[in-house]
Amino acid sequence: MTARESQPATARGYEPVIGLEVHCELRTETKLFCGCRNAFGDEPNTNVCPVCLGLPGSLPVLNSKAVELAMRIGLALHCEIRPSTFHRKNYFYPDMPKDYQISQYDEPINVGGFLELPDGYRVGVVRAHLEEDTGKTTHVGGGGRIHDAEYALVDYNRAGVPLVEIVSAPDLRSAAQARTYVAELRSILVATDASDGRMEEGSMRVDANVSVRAAGSADLGTRCEIKNLNSLRSLVRAIDYEAARQAEVLESGEAVVQQTRHWDEKESRTVALRSKEEAFDYRYFPEPDLVPVAPDPQWQTDVASALPPLPAERRARLRQLLGAPAAPGAPWDPGAPPTAAQEDQIATVVEHGLDELVTSAAEDGVAPSLALARTANEASADPHRARGLDRRAYVSLLEMEERGQVTATQAKAVLAELLERGGDPVDIARRRGFEALGADSLAGAVAVVVGAHPNEWERYRHGEDKLAQFFIGQVMKVTKGKADGKTVVAELQRLRG
Amino acid sequence: MTSGPASLLSAQVRAGERSAVEVVERHLDAVARIDPELHAFVTVLNDGAVAAAAAVDTVVAAGRDPGPLAGVPVAVKDNMCTRGVRTTCSSRILEHWHPPYDATVVERLTAAGAVVIGKTNLDEFAMGSSTENSAFGPTRNPHDPSRVPGGSSGGSAAAVAAGLAPIGLGSDTGGSIRQPAALCGVVGMKPTYGTVSRYGLVAFASSLDQIGPFARTVSDAALLFDVIGGHDPMDSTSLDRPAPRTATVVGDGVDGCRVGVVRELYEDAEPAVRAAVSAAAEALAGAGAVIEECSIPEVRHALPAYYLLAPAEASSNLARYDGVRYGLRVDAPDVESMNAATRAAGFGAEVTRRVMLGTYALSAGYYDAYYGQAQKVRTLIIDAFRRTYEQVDALLGATTPTTAFAIGDRVQDPWAMYLSDVFSVPSNLSGDPAISVPFGSDDAGLPIGVQVLAPALGEPMVVRVGAVLEAAAPPLGQPRLADRALLGGSSEPS
Repeated sequence: MTARESQPATARGYEPVIGLEVHCELRTETKLFCGCRNAFGDEPNTNVCPVCLGLPGSLPVLNSKAVELAMRIGLALHCEIRPSTFHRKNYFYPDMPKDYQISQYDEPINVGGFLELPDGYRVGVVRAHLEEDTGKTTHVGGGGRIHDAEYALVDYNRAGVPLVEIVSAPDLRSAAQARTYVAELRSILVATDASDGRMEEGSMRVDANVSVRAAGSADLGTRCEIKNLNSLRSLVRAIDYEAARQAEVLESGEAVVQQTRHWDEKESRTVALRSKEEAFDYRYFPEPDLVPVAPDPQWQTDVASALPPLPAERRARLRQLLGAPAAPGAPWDPGAPPTAAQEDQIATVVEHGLDELVTSAAEDGVAPSLALARTANEASADPHRARGLDRRAYVSLLEMEERGQVTATQAKAVLAELLERGGDPVDIARRRGFEALGADSLAGAVAVVVGAHPNEWERYRHGEDKLAQFFIGQVMKVTKGKADGKTVVAELQRLRG
Repeated sequence: MTSGPASLLSAQVRAGERSAVEVVERHLDAVARIDPELHAFVTVLNDGAVAAAAAVDTVVAAGRDPGPLAGVPVAVKDNMCTRGVRTTCSSRILEHWHPPYDATVVERLTAAGAVVIGKTNLDEFAMGSSTENSAFGPTRNPHDPSRVPGGSSGGSAAAVAAGLAPIGLGSDTGGSIRQPAALCGVVGMKPTYGTVSRYGLVAFASSLDQIGPFARTVSDAALLFDVIGGHDPMDSTSLDRPAPRTATVVGDGVDGCRVGVVRELYEDAEPAVRAAVSAAAEALAGAGAVIEECSIPEVRHALPAYYLLAPAEASSNLARYDGVRYGLRVDAPDVESMNAATRAAGFGAEVTRRVMLGTYALSAGYYDAYYGQAQKVRTLIIDAFRRTYEQVDALLGATTPTTAFAIGDRVQDPWAMYLSDVFSVPSNLSGDPAISVPFGSDDAGLPIGVQVLAPALGEPMVVRVGAVLEAAAPPLGQPRLADRALLGGSSEPS
């Protein structure tokens, strides 16, 4: 913990202003400008050809699937789709085969949209444009640090993979809000099938532009761009650190210097990479090897009509399932309003694309609140497998839990195995010796426990409800965890009369 | 209409009168005798060419169609990729680079039965007008070995002029086919931008580069154009429509055609060249064309605009020669120094000059004044040509201001060298087709070329006008450095 982290910017009277640039790799079969496979994790330099290696004489040909996915993203972010062009961004770097990157510059395909956070707050999307990815450099020797490395190896499998860069307006006001934005954006990318949104594999990468200003001011301060944010955790920590650092700079009477900074996860701080004066001159000019991209209205209409339901809509549907109002601000319906915990569960389920598990269970008669809780709290731990979970097995497990045939704890264990290996939940429960106690033997166990603790029973009888937890714990001990908490409470209440 | 040596050879091979192997060996033999002095070739494909010719003979023997260029030897400029055959761009930086793929034009040549016999010399990365900027030494002009053949496609022009190949391929960014064609006394055509695929052509200035034919007759040039032209899905700037057919219309004449003689395309030329343009205009009038004097003042700004746009694109296109993946690498302690050392050692003076010029023209703060302004000039030139073509079907002018100059004459004076392209550059900026056809010689017996321009996709028009001029042209003396028997159109083995 550094002093800066213990003294956040807000505590010093400063408000952070954050804009994010999110790069996401598109889920196309082939690369942006050639027919090579777009795949992660293959043997290095196997998905390459003259075009993506930038061999002399090779020329790019635009992948129309990438244009379609870029339009999907644009439409999902309420952008206007415009006729666009490609430019060359010139700079030397070994993992960039042509020593220029083909990117969209002053005429991007998507402009002027917004993303609505789950709480209804709208974040402006300035643009979402197409560009090609670079290769990947590995520094060998010298402990993996760039400057001490003995040599470097470059894998060009990623070179030419299609990217969309989504640039937000500086509308975010906290690290937590930035996190929510990225999570929501990831849900949208996954929902539209445009990207798999995996930060850990680098298919979604975030740069943060951070500045601070006196709370209540409308001016924008000098910003720093933070790179190397490989996870949501890094994003939050880096923004908090950077805002605090800038606040401290301003407090000491100095000025923030416009810089590109690198997030050092190990040291938990940002370090300067280069200042504005040292910034590259990219010498952008129109890419003469490509023609303008102008998706005709019919194509745009086709893409728009094929868009799947987006996260906001899906959250609304889950709320309705719980008998709750469709939106946070909507008129109150006295049915069963979602608790804050349930709102979180809904967000989690949608973020991981697991709505189907909840809705199908509810359709089969499982209580929506139970389906939601198990899906959000347990199934989402392994979202990839959860999406492949057999619907009937899942419903059958939830029904077992509802009927008290297994306890909540046991249901979680069975679910873990279901995710891991699949199978029939009834068989799994039997093999593991799970069976919730039948009502008779449970009543017996409760009676034994009550008899063994007369003082506590007296207090409970006179209305000290919190002692129920004590009895549940004792019953669990006696039954080796086979009792169901709710049933124990019901039995205690029956005894109390 | 004169048919050419390429169509004669192809007819003989197709009819089984001569074998492709014999034709190719005959030309390789001429290369072996003459090229040590001429230096038109960087690489000669002795074994590969004979093997390719044998494959053509097998097709003929099997009774299948060997293609319209069956057994015809072709000289290919060494900036077009040939699979497994080194492609150097006459640069140290690519001296030992062997492409893993064929350029589209090379694929089309092979499919038409043609046989690539060698890769020809050029100004490094096609930057120059004399072939003196080759890292491997200059090519000589067959008409006078003390003089340049022009450039940058000087090797292909000289090879075709000397009889070492009946046809050749060049690339034309600012006149690099037409100018050496004029200086060597052969036909050279720059097609409409987008009619011939650039896939596999090592880029100099992508928005201007265009591959085109060299030949000793207009009809052979047309035949070759018809083989290499047409849409290519590998080139996004390739026109998505069939290329115009030219071989069938070469003999259609110019009766009733309106031809404008463009003042700016000849008035600054030396007297012998101006006289040739006048004589050419008279010849066209004699063939029934309506001749009009015209002026396109905008083309005076073409050369300055070209020398900003072409280097700007080149500075980006040539960035990839960084020593990381292929070609020359000069070792150094870190990547940046390795890049710098490699490029310093690998690029010649002219390439370095243009990369620096182009980098400057694209730099922040200078872009609008240089690159941006040049783009506006380009647009003005395109519009000026379009307006002119509302009045006429074709334009006539000189190809170059002078005939071939002495080797070494302009090396120290880049601007004098750049002026060699003053009449050819406008067509690259407009993207329109143009052909250079030999039309007599100066007092020293050096060839003069006249140029015919037409609007986009006007290749049929330029070959028709070109063929009329060819038929009317004063005789040109035999080159001093040549295989006379092959030049004589001799169809017999010597």
